[in-house]
Amino acid sequence: MRAPAANETALGESLLAVEDVSLSFGGVRALTGVSFDIRKGEIRAIIGPNGAGKTSMLNVVNGFYQPQAGRISFKGMVRKSMRPYAAAQGGIARTFQNLALFRGMTTLDNILAGRTLKMHRGFFWQLLRYGPALREEVEHRRRVEEIIDFLEIAAIRKVQVGRLPYGLQKRVELGRALAMEPDLLLLDEPMAGMNLEEKEDMSRFIIDVNQQYGTTIALIEHDMGVVMDLSDRVVVLDYGRKIADGTPDEVKRDKDVIRAYLGETH
Amino acid sequence: MHILYLIFVDPFMQMVHSPDLLMQTLWDGLVGGVLYALIALGFVLIFKASGVFNFAQGIMVVFAALTLVGLHEHGVPAFVALGLTVLVMLVLAFAVERLMLRPLVNQSEIILFMATFGLTYFLVGFGQLVFGGSPKVMITQDLYLPSGALEWKGNFGFVSFQKIDIAAVIIASIMVAVLAVFFQRTRIGRALRAVADSHQAALSVGISLEQIWVIVWFAAGVVALTTGIMWGARSEVSFSLQIIALKALPVLILGGFTSIPGAIVGGLIIGIGEKLGEFYWGPLLGGGIENWLAYVIALGFLVFRPQGLFGEKIIERI
Amino acid sequence: MFYREAGQYKSNYAADMAVFPILQDRIGIIVILVIAYVVFPLIGNNFLLNTILIPFLIFSLAAIGLNLLTGYTGLLSLGTGAFMGVGAYACLKLATIFPHVNILIWVLVSGFFSSAIGVLFGLPSLRIKGFYLAVATLAAQFFLEWCFIRIPWLYNYSVSGAIEVPLRTVMGVPMTGPTATSLTRYLAVLTIVVVLTWVASNIVHGRIGRMWMSVRDMDLAAELIGIRLFRAKLLAFAVSSFYCGVAGAMMVFLWYGGAEAEVFAIDQSFLILFMVIIGGLGTLMGSFFGSALIYILPIGLRLIPGNFGIPIRPAAAEQLTFVIVGALIIVFLVVEPNGLARLWQIGKQKLRVWPFPY
Repeated sequence: MRAPAANETALGESLLAVEDVSLSFGGVRALTGVSFDIRKGEIRAIIGPNGAGKTSMLNVVNGFYQPQAGRISFKGMVRKSMRPYAAAQGGIARTFQNLALFRGMTTLDNILAGRTLKMHRGFFWQLLRYGPALREEVEHRRRVEEIIDFLEIAAIRKVQVGRLPYGLQKRVELGRALAMEPDLLLLDEPMAGMNLEEKEDMSRFIIDVNQQYGTTIALIEHDMGVVMDLSDRVVVLDYGRKIADGTPDEVKRDKDVIRAYLGETH
Repeated sequence: MHILYLIFVDPFMQMVHSPDLLMQTLWDGLVGGVLYALIALGFVLIFKASGVFNFAQGIMVVFAALTLVGLHEHGVPAFVALGLTVLVMLVLAFAVERLMLRPLVNQSEIILFMATFGLTYFLVGFGQLVFGGSPKVMITQDLYLPSGALEWKGNFGFVSFQKIDIAAVIIASIMVAVLAVFFQRTRIGRALRAVADSHQAALSVGISLEQIWVIVWFAAGVVALTTGIMWGARSEVSFSLQIIALKALPVLILGGFTSIPGAIVGGLIIGIGEKLGEFYWGPLLGGGIENWLAYVIALGFLVFRPQGLFGEKIIERI
Repeated sequence: MFYREAGQYKSNYAADMAVFPILQDRIGIIVILVIAYVVFPLIGNNFLLNTILIPFLIFSLAAIGLNLLTGYTGLLSLGTGAFMGVGAYACLKLATIFPHVNILIWVLVSGFFSSAIGVLFGLPSLRIKGFYLAVATLAAQFFLEWCFIRIPWLYNYSVSGAIEVPLRTVMGVPMTGPTATSLTRYLAVLTIVVVLTWVASNIVHGRIGRMWMSVRDMDLAAELIGIRLFRAKLLAFAVSSFYCGVAGAMMVFLWYGGAEAEVFAIDQSFLILFMVIIGGLGTLMGSFFGSALIYILPIGLRLIPGNFGIPIRPAAAEQLTFVIVGALIIVFLVVEPNGLARLWQIGKQKLRVWPFPY
């Protein structure tokens, strides 16, 4: 572990802070005055009933949606609005509820695509391929193979992702996000549609990513068991507002949370 | 400086000086616009109900007109030929649904769009093989469509209105009104709107997609036939019409792909716009700007309002 | 039993990522090149070279250009004909203004002019997607068509309004004009196409190809891995138009020997688009397959029935082509949307296990 550089966030400090963010689509209020922060190195869960605005929140952090009000500060810098590629350049990666893979490409190419920001060889070298461009490809291939080994998907690396079963596709998407070597990883329902064994695998991967690579993680999840086991802190949203914020135990006992989830047991 | 004068001042002065020429141009533009609108209408019908962007609408216009004239050439009386042509368009609708739409039902829009390219070329080749490639004359007289012109003399000149053009505008208006009522008031119209909204939802309430598609392609075929008759009567029936039909695309961009009033308004804007452009500004550039003016107008709109005048703003949900 | 990978181990990533990792494929490419450079010149007559091979190669190059834009990046373009035209007219002006420069250099340079125009008409892709962008390319097509006719400077004020190709030699050998032999022109076209295909292959196998395919498959996701959409799309327009421009210049200078503006009309755009669709969107090989099928089909239709004693009017042959091509497009889109290239791949798969069924 090395000491953080001057503009880097130290472990435990706030990496991303959302202040008073409000978002509407036409007449629909998706988020109202939401504020919370994510500390470096933690696993933060965002939970809430369906339609609470969790995905919209991630989309705002990502730069897909521009909030009508509020601010976001990331690594100490405040910004009102941001395009997705700027978020990517800043070190934010994410996965999607409904998968956002490049279906026409293989697993390997999808994860290699995640290395895009790190590949610099110019257009002229790309025309020649043999030489510096190929050397760069090989070097990044090496890194991608590490991720493939980590996620145990070596057997399907040359398969077109459109043909893979859902659980494996989710893993490939995680791999692509990891390939970006992000500071902040946003996971939108990474366990959705998985059976128990797959959930255990995915949980293991998430913990490993957090501990081995030190990646800060924010995840949306419905499975309460997973949330309680994995996360350091939890934010609860309901109808676009924050109703609780704290450790899993604190949140579990919160009256508002119980009311919002009335009837749901896991 | 002189250039600026020529572009921004002179054309308007010409308009004021000879209002009869202006009216003539406006009228010609209106008629052209009405015909573009009819073609766009065919697109909108199909797109609304099946999500398919029917590039073949233009060739359907030519094909319908050719069938009509071809049958008549072989001795079939005019109105019988008309009925038979309508039948042919029905058969075409069935064939398209069976052989093209059903097998491609889950594919992306681009794939369906490209399939209609294939359909276009198929009909072009087929039409030429069966009817020959040379232009034909529309059987205006036998359909009791008027010919000749009405002239209107004012104190500043005269404007000539071709009677067939007047008939075209009237017939087109009736057709639009009928279609609008059909969509809004009847059971089938409601089903069509349901299908346009969501195929799956429509299926789940028992609407038969295949039936709807046949109905809609047939309706588009009838619109195509009407357009073909009107257009053929104004000039001639030839395959070059198919390229002119591409102008319906800028109309759709202005009017939105799913709006019937939009197709009308868009058609009129494009029709009048390009005629005015050609007549007053065309000479500055050597003429012939009609060929591309419509597209450039549409392009301009797209840059500022990507959903067209009447289209809905697309909100992408992730 | 011949097409096996057994025993071909890859010991490093570079070998694994090679364009033709299987030995048999590499041998195949060498065989093709030998046939192209040695066999055809030896046995080829004028007809084979001039009417079959040269246009096949030229259209393949244009198809590669369109494939890069539409197949790899997902940007539907109906302006291919016009971009080819820009290349042709640019080449004419360059050859006229600088008559002593090697014409082949001008053929390649004219691609850059096409590229610039392509980028210009690709600017709307910042705001517009899908069909709408196709309509924008139509604006380019019709506007440029108009320019080719209305700007006499472009065709050197010739009375006929057509491009008249001046006589040019390369190292003493006539390359353009009536004295150039089909063999000379064939070798020039072949070399240019081989080199540019190699370059295209390098591009699509590297990070730029991946970038384009990401934009095609899901542009929102492409943005979030850091791809600048606008730059990626403009680059696609630039490279694609370059290829179309070179193809257009070759078409006029090294094949037709002269051309009227109609050659670059919208029908040409559709022709190339069909080649790309039937051949296989998003594959370089598909561009060659598509070009072969669509260009050679009408020739076959004209000749083969004649050989069997069935007379067929040339006009009917062309119309029949339209019918067959139109039907083929629908059939391919239904049965194998990935075109001939995918069928070829499936064929190779079957070959790998031959003589076993699976």
